[in-house]
Amino acid sequence: MTRDYPDEPADKFPGPPRTVTDREGREVELLAADASDHDGVLEMYLSFDPADRAQGIPPAREEAIEDWLDTILGEDTLNVVAVHEGSVVGHATLVPDRHGEHELAIFVLQPFQGAGIGTNLVETLLGLAQSEGLEKVWLTVERWNDPAVALYKKVGFETTEAESFEIEMSILL
Amino acid sequence: MDILLGVGGSELSYHALEETVERAQATGDELTVAIFHNEEVSADAEEIRERVETTLAETDFDATIRRLEGDSPGSELVSMAESDGFDRIVLGGGERSTLGKIQLGAIVEFVLLNSQTPVTLIR
Repeated sequence: MTRDYPDEPADKFPGPPRTVTDREGREVELLAADASDHDGVLEMYLSFDPADRAQGIPPAREEAIEDWLDTILGEDTLNVVAVHEGSVVGHATLVPDRHGEHELAIFVLQPFQGAGIGTNLVETLLGLAQSEGLEKVWLTVERWNDPAVALYKKVGFETTEAESFEIEMSILL
Repeated sequence: MDILLGVGGSELSYHALEETVERAQATGDELTVAIFHNEEVSADAEEIRERVETTLAETDFDATIRRLEGDSPGSELVSMAESDGFDRIVLGGGERSTLGKIQLGAIVEFVLLNSQTPVTLIR
């Protein structure tokens, strides 16, 4: 399977660490994360609203979350967390697929959604990806998830496949 | 019940076959396995038939095997279920990426949206 990518690479994104103020006036730190940040990330997913799950992730049970975190915080992955007052409130991850390309996913806790944190998380993760030399990033998103689709478009993702329940989008770094 | 199981050669479709045979053995359901070519999978019809026959032999279960010839297996499966009076269509699907996101393939999606016959998706 060959995935389509935009012809032109994206502009340079800012990498971590960054501190931003969200639209609600909350100060949020955007930090690179790895397996050593497991506990804080787990804490976030344990308080994740099940209604905000997408395409089967994050898993619901703690045990399944632990298995999943082993994968997405594992070797060759890139992660950025959004931290507010010491707690992880958002997380974006890049996980290598079988073709040497990277799949992106992002989660923001419900009370922190709609305030620009997601956009900052994705941009910062793509900044980290650029500094690590990654080139091809893709994602899938449920067709009815308008806020997420709008966010990815704003950041520079282009739709490559829109015939299924899930839209596929990609960006060239 | 008369069950119509579609098998297109993906690992999930073989998983669905095993689950469906196990359930049919418990309930006495009649099973028809419809073999088709799934563009998203590199397996030809003969390979798939052999694998299906092996599973049936190993589980000592009798099922009818049919072949969907056209290039729109989802549509043919839906038509076959309606014209031949099947009670249920069963399909495997919902593959996970490494990251963990589930995606439905085009055939499963077509059947879910277009079938008048109840559909069971085995993940």
